[in-house]
Amino acid sequence: MKELTMDATVENIARATAFVDEQLEAIGCPMKAQIQIDIAIDELFGNIAHYAYRFGVGPATVRVEFLKEPCAVELTFMDSGIPYNPLAKEDPDLDLSIEERKIGGLGIYMVKKSMDAVFYEYKNGQNILRIQKKI
Amino acid sequence: MNITKNITGSQLYISLEGRLDTTTAPELDGVLKSSLDGIAELTIDMEKLDYLSSAGLRLLLGARKMMNKQGSMKVTHVNETIMEIFEVTGFADILTIE
Repeated sequence: MKELTMDATVENIARATAFVDEQLEAIGCPMKAQIQIDIAIDELFGNIAHYAYRFGVGPATVRVEFLKEPCAVELTFMDSGIPYNPLAKEDPDLDLSIEERKIGGLGIYMVKKSMDAVFYEYKNGQNILRIQKKI
Repeated sequence: MNITKNITGSQLYISLEGRLDTTTAPELDGVLKSSLDGIAELTIDMEKLDYLSSAGLRLLLGARKMMNKQGSMKVTHVNETIMEIFEVTGFADILTIE
């Protein structure tokens, strides 16, 4: 298990991605799964950077673990910002016309569709979001 | 991400290279905002684009809405990863993909 804590800023999305990719590459993670994980990092770390801390900048931690049965990678995103459960958000309506389509909620929806499992809990003053991808 | 832009008359061709995500989307947003005036045909070439996140989808939806008023828009050379994203999010029905 490895983790990295940094300021929750848009600038640090690239750093979080590089940190995770380094470990995925070390275990020979399939490219397709890696791309889906990279997109999930953009959505989830990006959400923390934009919304978790209303006033100023706070920390965000990204943890990488490898699970054995089934063989999967698990990422955990932690922040101590405003309590927010992104999984409680309703899925976007994909049948609306172009003019009616809204973009809100699409990011977390993509994460839910591309990962095998997504869990949220608020514990000890922290938002904890875990995603699992079988590899 | 690298953005190549080419204007011929009222046709705008934009080629994207790399990743279209939260970090890079503002660059494309700037190019679209400053270039769409007077454009009737917009082509976004994704041959060299690795993937995109919802930040990229937001821009594509905005561009599509804009072009619906003044002409047409198409997206070309979409790779398998990106096509899957378009299908999962319903964008495959919204965009003209060639």
